[in-house]
Amino acid sequence: MVRKPTIDFSRNETLVAIVVVLFVAMTAIVDHNFLSLPTLFDLLRGAIVMGIFAIGVLLVLISGGIDVSFTAIAAFAMYSTTSLLVHFKLDIPWPFVFLLSVAIGAGLGLLNALFIAGFRLPTLIVTLGTLSIIRGFLLTFIGSQLISNLPANLRVFSRLFMIRGTTADGSFYSLPWAFAALVIVVAVTWFLLYRTMLGRMIFALGGSLESARRIGINVQATQVFVYAFVGGISGLAGIIHAAMARVANPFDIVGLELSVIAAVVLGGARLSGGYGTITGALLGVALITLINNSLILLGIPSTWQMVVIGMLILLGTGIPAYQTKRAARRAG
Amino acid sequence: MTDEGPSPFISIQHISKAFAGVQALSDVGLQVKMGEAVCLAGENGSGKSTLIKILAGVEKPDSGSIEIDGKSHASLNPRSSVAAGIQVIFQDFSLFPNLSVAENIAFSAELTARKKLVRNAEMRRIAAAVLDRIGVPIDLNARVETLPVADKQLVAICRALVSQARLIIMDEPTTALTDREVRALLAIIRRLKAEGVAVLFVSHKLAEIFEVCEKIVVIRNGRLVVDGATAGFSLDSLAHHMTGRHFIRTTPVIPEANLPEILAVRGLRRNGLLDDISFSLRAGEVLGISGLLGSGRTELAKALFGLMEVDGGAVAIQGVPTVIRNPGDAIDAGIGYVPEDRLTEGLFLSQSIARNIAVSRLDDHAGMGGLIDRQGLSAEIDEWLHRLKVVASPDAPVKSLSGGNQQRIVLARWLAKSPKILILNGPTVGVDIGSKADIHQVIAALAAAGIGVIVISDDIPEVLATCHRILVMRGGRIVEELAGGSVTESDLAHRLAS
Repeated sequence: MVRKPTIDFSRNETLVAIVVVLFVAMTAIVDHNFLSLPTLFDLLRGAIVMGIFAIGVLLVLISGGIDVSFTAIAAFAMYSTTSLLVHFKLDIPWPFVFLLSVAIGAGLGLLNALFIAGFRLPTLIVTLGTLSIIRGFLLTFIGSQLISNLPANLRVFSRLFMIRGTTADGSFYSLPWAFAALVIVVAVTWFLLYRTMLGRMIFALGGSLESARRIGINVQATQVFVYAFVGGISGLAGIIHAAMARVANPFDIVGLELSVIAAVVLGGARLSGGYGTITGALLGVALITLINNSLILLGIPSTWQMVVIGMLILLGTGIPAYQTKRAARRAG
Repeated sequence: MTDEGPSPFISIQHISKAFAGVQALSDVGLQVKMGEAVCLAGENGSGKSTLIKILAGVEKPDSGSIEIDGKSHASLNPRSSVAAGIQVIFQDFSLFPNLSVAENIAFSAELTARKKLVRNAEMRRIAAAVLDRIGVPIDLNARVETLPVADKQLVAICRALVSQARLIIMDEPTTALTDREVRALLAIIRRLKAEGVAVLFVSHKLAEIFEVCEKIVVIRNGRLVVDGATAGFSLDSLAHHMTGRHFIRTTPVIPEANLPEILAVRGLRRNGLLDDISFSLRAGEVLGISGLLGSGRTELAKALFGLMEVDGGAVAIQGVPTVIRNPGDAIDAGIGYVPEDRLTEGLFLSQSIARNIAVSRLDDHAGMGGLIDRQGLSAEIDEWLHRLKVVASPDAPVKSLSGGNQQRIVLARWLAKSPKILILNGPTVGVDIGSKADIHQVIAALAAAGIGVIVISDDIPEVLATCHRILVMRGGRIVEELAGGSVTESDLAHRLAS
């Protein structure tokens, strides 16, 4: 007899996975074309930027902080990179364009780190401040005009497809190479978190900052790394967003931060730090992407998306919290 | 001072340290030999925490010398302290609740080895070896947050051992442990001593010191008071050295025989926690409810105060049947409750002393249109601070007070409401011996004023010193009722455990 694997219903991941399956099933019943390759690739494409952001947010939450400035960093890195290239008519290959955006993002992340690790200020306050400063600086000094004529090399990237084809009934589907960026970010972050001592230090920081200090972890250096890493990741997500949208809009991206944090928290990361998994964060992103798409297919007005996402956050984080509390009460 | 036998592992001499003009330590010396256990005893504020911090390298002494293993150090920093083999286990254990037992134990060793990548197999090997060394089985994969307090402490000890500790300093190691766990800990300490590890206990719990320490060092107000072999101390002389006061062992004054019954509990039960609890309490009586952890003593207190639902039973207050569903009902019925963990259940730590007392009195000082009569309120607050001998500004935050004074603030808050019945759960947990005696006096004074007091405690001397009548609980039932004067300490200890 094979022992049946037990499902741990008190985990957020399990709950989110169940809701994802339910949503897919419901949508598939209403719309028979839903279960198809074009839909799958549409959803995957839609999840790339949010997925990359989510990995960054996960890292910060695990370290015991919170970062709300990552969208502003992404917009700044993306727009200043493209306007630099356009303005000076630089014709560099797309990998270097990406590197430039990542570097600008990491630099802005270091600004967060300066206040958080250097002056030991609360992370929410610091990143609320830098969110506003970075965004204001971008719109005032770099520019507020849409750049629709992207550098040629970025357009090259946006036309690179991993998979493309046509289904039997003639509908076209494709998955851009940008998806590989998400895969790489996930793989690198997984290795970092679970296979390097630095990753374990990030978990340790979130578990107990004071204990981390006492056993000799260099708390400041670890925090500097976390915020620079998240900045870099945001720069990457920003430039990919522009490449896929084929336009650099300085007003884009900002406003997404709470949805991303919501997705990661839905996946089980705790705002108090120390807890969270990549699987959970990605499931959270999957759920929110799915809702954004499937509610439209179900004929529900898009304004309802916000209500549904809000309710899912309350339920998705409330049920496990309630179960933990009940278990504690039962134990006396 | 001449020491015979092996040379000391650590010897500090003439250590002085001042903070902003306040002399925390002056001219303190201390030696610990290899394989020896020394107890550093002293009340809160005596300077023992400062001494630990100097040994851990967190603070630098203003003057004095530190010699470890024959090597002289002007001062230590955290790294050189660890390198010299000193490991401090703080009261909160400094563990990572979100990481596994294996990781918690091996983390600092891997840090010291300057590893870049995680070596899971190696960490598990290290952790398993050290758990084996102290002879306790703990699941290596368990998250530390899921462990009971005693196991967390063992994990902290293991981590210290992994870092090649030669001197382990333990800050108040027994505060959160039950009797049985303390015995298990002492067995491990003996094992470590046999391996040549030195141990410095820092504690104000006296009874446990005697068993395992060769030497006791007492400091008071930053000065060394006495230093000598354990055999030369008795509980009374140690208490005297720590506080500079003499304590007379008190037995409670028996109240008049026919005072009215103010509380009658009949058949109180809650599935799996409380079973057919019946007892009565008279005005002016101090009733002790004692039992080991898990005997139901805390659950009973919570049930009486409406913090826990009951499945059945009846409560009558001054003969009137009363239903208590929540703390509001209990307060209206004249019941006050001082919880076991005053820090999380009873006080607003960052708020001022005045506000903490005032919070229960706001209704009574509400004047016209619900506005607060501030002058009346602050006069009353001053009165309570005076009566309970708390020397502090009413504006200071409660967290700046010592454990004993915090406990008095909680008491003041309840007394200000003039309750008929006061339930004190572990009234002196984590409180030093001087404040303890004061709190016992307060309890006696409360009873003399006609309040019925229920003292819930597993501190046997405390129960004997304060209670007129003692109920012994086991497995959620009251198994015995004893008259206060009729039992000895060892007798009561035996009855609790059997």
